[in-house]
Amino acid sequence: MAEGVKPRVKAPKSASAGEVVTIKTLISHPMESGQRKDSDGNKIPRSIINRFTAEFNGTSVIDVTMEPAISTNPYFEFDAKVPESGEFKFTWYDDDGSVYEDSKPVTVG
Amino acid sequence: MSITRRDTLALGLGAAALTVLPFRVSAAADDAIAAFTGGADMADSGVELTAPEIAENGNTVPISVSAEGATSILVLAAGNPTPGVAEFKFGELAGSTSASTRMRLAGTQDVIAIAKLADGSFAKASKTVKVTIGGCGG
Repeated sequence: MAEGVKPRVKAPKSASAGEVVTIKTLISHPMESGQRKDSDGNKIPRSIINRFTAEFNGTSVIDVTMEPAISTNPYFEFDAKVPESGEFKFTWYDDDGSVYEDSKPVTVG
Repeated sequence: MSITRRDTLALGLGAAALTVLPFRVSAAADDAIAAFTGGADMADSGVELTAPEIAENGNTVPISVSAEGATSILVLAAGNPTPGVAEFKFGELAGSTSASTRMRLAGTQDVIAIAKLADGSFAKASKTVKVTIGGCGG
C-alpha cells in the first residue's frame, strides 16, 4: 500500500434543491507510472489509483477510469446536481486493492 | 571518407526505423480509439478540450474536457508510452458533462478527447501541447 494516502475534498456544505455545485478532489498518491527506473536501472513497478467514483446518496455522479498518465496526487474537478439533502461519497481504488474513501454531507435548505 | 555499400545499407535501415517508430506510437492510440468507438465515425465538433499551448512541466499538465450531452469522454495522449489517460463516465447526478484533471505528457504531442454522446455517436477534439520537460522520468 502506498504511504500517506490522504484524500481531500472541497464541496459546499449547503445548497438549494437542484443546484449544480462544483466539487474538487485531490488525493495524495505517488502514481508510480511503471515507466521510471531506479538508480540501478531496474523498472519501478506500476502503482497507481486506477479508478475514482463519486456518488450522491448512492446515485452515480462521475466514474473515472485512470491510466498511468494521470499526474502524482490525482486531482479532479467536476459538477454535481444536488436534488436533496444527503451525502457525497468519494471512493478511490488502488492497484494494490486498497480502497480510500471520503464523504461530505450537504444540506438543502 | 567514401560511402561504402555497407554504410548506405545501414543508413537506409536507420531511416526506415525512424519512420516506423512514430507510426507504432500512433497505432497504439488508434487501437485505443477503435476500442472506445468500435470504429464508428467521429464528428469534428461538439467536444471542448482545454489544454495549455505550452506546458513547462510535463508532469502536471492541467486539462479540462466538456461535451454537451456526452455519456462518457475518453482522453488520450498519442505520444505517451501508453496512450490512455482517463475515461470519464458521467452519472445521473452529474451537474454538467465536464471535468478537469492533471496529466503527464512525455513530450510535445497531440492530446485527444473523444466523447460518446447520448445518441450513440462520437465526437472528437485534439490539441497540440508543447512540452518543455517531459513527464515520464526519462
